[in-house]
This record gives sequence, structure tokens and C-alpha cells, in this order.
Amino acid sequence: MEHTLTAENTHSHGHNEGTGRIWKVFWILSALTIIELALGYFLYFKGEGMGHAGILTTKLAIAALTLLKAYYIVSVFMHLGDENRNMIMTICVPLVLFVWFIIAFLWDGGSWKEMRNTNAGSKPSIENVQPAPVKHDSKP
Amino acid sequence: MATAAIQANTKTWSGGKSPFNASYGKVMMWYFLMSDAFTFGAFLISYGTIRFSVNTWPDPNKVFNSVPFMGHNNLPLVFVSIMTFILIASSVTMVLAVHEGHKMNRKGVEKYMILTIIGGAAFLGCQAWEWTHLLTGEHVALLNNGTLSVMNTTASANPWGLQASHEAMVAALQKTPHETLVHIANTLHHSGAEAAHATHNVATMSNTELTNMLSTADLHVNNVGRPAFGSYFFGITGFHGFHVFSGVIINIIMYFKTKLGHFDQRGHYEMIEKAGLYWHFVDLVWVFVFLCFYLV
Repeated sequence: MEHTLTAENTHSHGHNEGTGRIWKVFWILSALTIIELALGYFLYFKGEGMGHAGILTTKLAIAALTLLKAYYIVSVFMHLGDENRNMIMTICVPLVLFVWFIIAFLWDGGSWKEMRNTNAGSKPSIENVQPAPVKHDSKP
Repeated sequence: MATAAIQANTKTWSGGKSPFNASYGKVMMWYFLMSDAFTFGAFLISYGTIRFSVNTWPDPNKVFNSVPFMGHNNLPLVFVSIMTFILIASSVTMVLAVHEGHKMNRKGVEKYMILTIIGGAAFLGCQAWEWTHLLTGEHVALLNNGTLSVMNTTASANPWGLQASHEAMVAALQKTPHETLVHIANTLHHSGAEAAHATHNVATMSNTELTNMLSTADLHVNNVGRPAFGSYFFGITGFHGFHVFSGVIINIIMYFKTKLGHFDQRGHYEMIEKAGLYWHFVDLVWVFVFLCFYLV
């Protein structure tokens, strides 16, 4: 069965331009990755003396750069930026669920940690100091 | 003004015109990728939740610090950056193949599809090496029962807890069974001919001799860590690797369809575009896996 593009798809997506934009995005993605790695090495070498807030800020900066990379991949390499507004919205709006998804679950994780380390939890905070004396089923 | 906007909107959705100005296949590929994004997102958020809920988590710079042919040098982030650049490069060749497809240039599509397939295969090779390295690399870990054990990094074993103090290590040596002591002594010098010689020697040593030798040796021992680390790492990178693998298979099929002239007969290279969407998605997921497992 032969599949053909239907007549109503005008396909005026601006595909006929040169490869300049593709290579530009390649260099942007490479540069962003190198910045991410630089921040990663910064954490590796200087992380110890930075304190909790400094480490968290650096990690959030790396996450922001990752989102920027994702934007370039989706918008240019996957040509979503060239599609019409309806198409962009039908893909992007459902993904907004991730915002609450991330906040809710990481919050939950943090709350678990708090319970582990207080008397409200079933376990005292010995995890930081020494291995728990109870026998765990971690096989050798 | 408002009336004009409503009229334009009614026109978009009143039929006879594709509201998304894209073919059915392409729209459905996007919806599939969106659902796949939720699957990967759920996996990664679950991993984040567990990681947030515990006091200690393995340091990726210690776990992933090896590079092929570099022996035991401490090279954090190096190998995974190579993998990342391989995938970015193969994404570029894929988008160039799509570009050639729009120009109906069959030779160009073939060339860039081959390069994309090579990139994908190279990435899979890197991942195979990394998994093998983790699954076969032996590390001495202090178990919760106070004895030492030799472990690999697997989906259920994690030798990457907090580093144990020297005193804790010496105390654990006293309680560790003989065979494990011999095994630990062997892991200290596991290189070629020397290893066979060493095995012979340490096997005949008494427990006291082994304990004395190991407590003065340069032996770094970590507490045993949570098995969740390996479960999430192998689970998520494995699921991603399976996507890469299926992407390479799809690209190979597309290459042969191009070579056989199927798309020229059809009059358009839209299949290359759809395969390209899948391939870029694989790269997109890797960007987040790279962030969650290696960078932070």
C-alpha cells in the first residue's frame, strides 16, 4: 500500500535552507556539554569546600544547561520549532505535568529522609556514622 | 479583532485542512515519543526520589572513573563525555540525512545514514564496555554484619558506600572468613603472570599472616551501599541502551530502503524523518541520563 502525503500538508517548513543552522546547533550543544563538564569538574575538585548551598546551585546550573540542550535538540534537530503552533502545543502542554511530578516526588523523597533521621521514623540516624548493625540481605 | 481570531480558528478545525500541517504518521510518532518521555521521566523521577530519601549515595566520580586502555587511572567523567559526544555527532548526521531527504538526494541520505548507524554502534560498544567494567570489577566492601566481602557493581550489589575507617577495616579482617581473605589478597595484585604467582602464595598463608598483610596494605574499603544504586543505573541505562539498539535497527532498515529506492518511488523521504525523530529522542533521553547519573 502506497502512502502519500496528503494535499493539505503544504510542507512549507523552511526545510530548504542550508545546513548552516544544523552545524550552528551542533556547536552550541558541544559548547553547552563542555560547560556542563567544566561545572562537573568544578564540583569534583572544589565541591568539598563549597558547602551545601554552593553544591546545590552548581547542580541546578548543570540541570538548567541540560534543559537548554533539550530545547535545541527538540526545536532544531527534531524540527518541532518549524511546526505550526497547534502541533507545538499538543506536544509541549502535556509535558508541563513534569513540573509538578518532579516537585511532588522529590519533596516526598526529602520527607522520607527526614523521617529516617528522626525518632518519627523507624530508624535512628546511624547511617552517616557506621553501617547498621542489623543484617541486611546484601549478598557478597 | 476577537471575531477575526475566532474565524481563523474555526477555519483551522473545520476540516479540509490538516490542523497540525503534518502527516498522520509524523503526528503519531510525536505522540509515541511523548508517551516514551513520560516512561523515562517516571523512571528518572523515581530514581531521584529514592536518592533524595537516603543519607548517602555513591559518588559517580568514583564509580565511573575508568576509560578503556587507560588501566587504573582515575579519570572521572572522561568516558561518559566521549559517549555523549558520539551521540551528539550521530544526531547531527541524522539531521543531515533528513536534510538530504528533503532535497531527494538518495546518495546523500545513504552516506549520512551509514554515519548515523556507525555512531549508534559506537555508543552501544561504549555502553557494553562500561557495563562489563562495572559487572566484573571487584571491590572490597564492609558488610553490615562486620565482615569484608569482594563485590562487583550489579543490579543488587553496591560496594560504593561511605569509605570505612582503617580501624573498622582492621576489625572486620579478624571476622572475615579465610577464603574471602585470600580473594581480597588476590584482588590487590591482579595483573597477568604475577597474579598466578600471588594466588599460589596467599593460598598457603595463615589467617594471621593474611590479616597482617592486608591491614598494612594500601587497601581502601567502602561500606556496602544500597542495592537501589545498581538497580536504577542498570535499569535506566539498559532501557535507554535498548532504545539505542532498536534505533540502530530502524536506521539499518531505513538505509536499505533508501538504497533500494523505495523512497524515490514514493516521491518523498518522510520515513527518514520519522526514524530521525526516534533517533533524536534517544539522544534527548541520554542528555537527561547523563545529567542524573554522571553529572550530579
